[in-house]
Amino acid sequence: MATILETRALTKSFGGVLAVGDVSVAVGEGEVVGIVGSNGAGKTTFVNLVTGYLKPDRGRILYAGQDITAHPPRQVTRLGIARSFQIPQIYTSLTVLENVLIALAARQGEGLRPWGPLFTRAREAEGLRVLEPFGLAEHASRPVSELPEGGVKLLDVALAGALLPRVLLLDEPTSGVSSKEKFVVMDTLVRILAERGVTAIFVEHDMEVVTQYAGRILVFHEGSVIADGAPQVVLADPEVRRAVIG
Amino acid sequence: MRPGPVLSLLAVAAFGVAPLLLPSWVMFLLTLALAKSVVVLAIALLLRGGLVSFGHGMFFAAGAYTVGLGMKWFGLQEALVLAALGVLVSAGVAALLGLFIARYRGIFFAMLNMAISMVIYALLLKLYWVTGGTDGLGIRTPTILGITPDRLNLRLVMYYFTLALTAPAFYVVDRFWHSPLGFMLRAVRDNEVRVEYMGSSVGRVIYASYILSGALGGLSGILTGFSVGHIVPELAYWTTSGEFVFAAILGGAARIPGPLVGSISFEFLKSYAYKYAAYTWQMTLGVAMLLIILFMPTGLWTISELLTRQVRPWPPSSKPAR
Repeated sequence: MATILETRALTKSFGGVLAVGDVSVAVGEGEVVGIVGSNGAGKTTFVNLVTGYLKPDRGRILYAGQDITAHPPRQVTRLGIARSFQIPQIYTSLTVLENVLIALAARQGEGLRPWGPLFTRAREAEGLRVLEPFGLAEHASRPVSELPEGGVKLLDVALAGALLPRVLLLDEPTSGVSSKEKFVVMDTLVRILAERGVTAIFVEHDMEVVTQYAGRILVFHEGSVIADGAPQVVLADPEVRRAVIG
Repeated sequence: MRPGPVLSLLAVAAFGVAPLLLPSWVMFLLTLALAKSVVVLAIALLLRGGLVSFGHGMFFAAGAYTVGLGMKWFGLQEALVLAALGVLVSAGVAALLGLFIARYRGIFFAMLNMAISMVIYALLLKLYWVTGGTDGLGIRTPTILGITPDRLNLRLVMYYFTLALTAPAFYVVDRFWHSPLGFMLRAVRDNEVRVEYMGSSVGRVIYASYILSGALGGLSGILTGFSVGHIVPELAYWTTSGEFVFAAILGGAARIPGPLVGSISFEFLKSYAYKYAAYTWQMTLGVAMLLIILFMPTGLWTISELLTRQVRPWPPSSKPAR
């Protein structure tokens, strides 16, 4: 399995607090990696560093053999790394479908076209296809302000998916989604990602979800990766359990 | 509610027959209102991106002075040539200033526009050997498609000329609002972070929209200059810019007819206020604005939506989005 994403001694601190320290991880193409750890362990900071939201103090990030350290989010995204957010980042005054169509136009490099409609038949059809697995297609023409919390969360994930990334980073994709829905959503998501051969890295608090869907997990503790391996093995370690549950 | 093609054609037809029905002083006000509705539209365009410009008077003046100086220096007579030139110059001014201004948001964006417009105002005032200073410049009657309008019908001709250029401006902006870039501008207002995480540039979205907005501001100044026949530095003064923002909020920026409604209401409100309360007309405008903000925060055009609003069922809470 070829390595698609790699960090080398990635380090970031805020003031005197070390958020991510010397994290070196290599992720193979098509892997589904879960990131676990207690609050403040550096999980989100790690995602923010990889996607260019934050600049690391030290260390390097390599994507498909290319150095993308400190590339801004726009460039990182264009290279094929998309992300979803812990707090959904969507366009709150627009409809569900409009949100996705904007993502599609952006992906097609047509975001700056001042002429010709956003709503083309082809784009609309693709937009509905993107929304369908998340159960959002039937709400396509609703303003997102009318969606329940879980729906907003899923739309955020759908927006990242609409970009057809090679690597997808999901920051707590199922938080706010009802426990009944969680597994349905993750089933669909993981299936689609596998079909497309997308590499996925997701931060998750729910150990059941992680165990079921991640092929490998990284345990973050105080900014470092203290364990890395298959979920059943890693989570059996009492020290890891202590670190994760806190 | 998008004004469908039918509604738009009806509106143009109504404006087309208006001169048959309305007295000539009303027609003059209506010409001015139409001309200025284009700069109000320019303001509304940026409002969609969450940006307020308190300096669009500079584009207004850029268009008008291009016409004035084009006549004075180059002896240009043809209105369409002068208009095209004016739009190009104001778009150029916006393209230049936008490099700097498009980086700012909120109060900084508003104030930077105002600051630069005041610099331009001062230049128009002080470079009197070029601009005529406080006296301004006269705009002679142009030829339209090579034909010199008859003196008796001049006002009528200028009305139709204004209508003929205002309608396409609204069409262009309507198309823009439905285009990927138009939606991207709304996306920028909602969430800049997500825009960047879609691989798009917030800066470029704002820059491109700013140029279009500047060009529209210029066109508005050109049309106003032609119909008034005289241009002065006050076109770039900050209170002029303030009036445009006033009219945009009055009419409502969210829908395409808003700026038109706003501009017409503003022009008539101002005239009547001046006529019946010559010493306190600004207060009348202020009260009108207060009422709008309190009772119709999305502008006068909201009335039409209140009347046609459909009651939509809320999503039942028992059925989560899936």
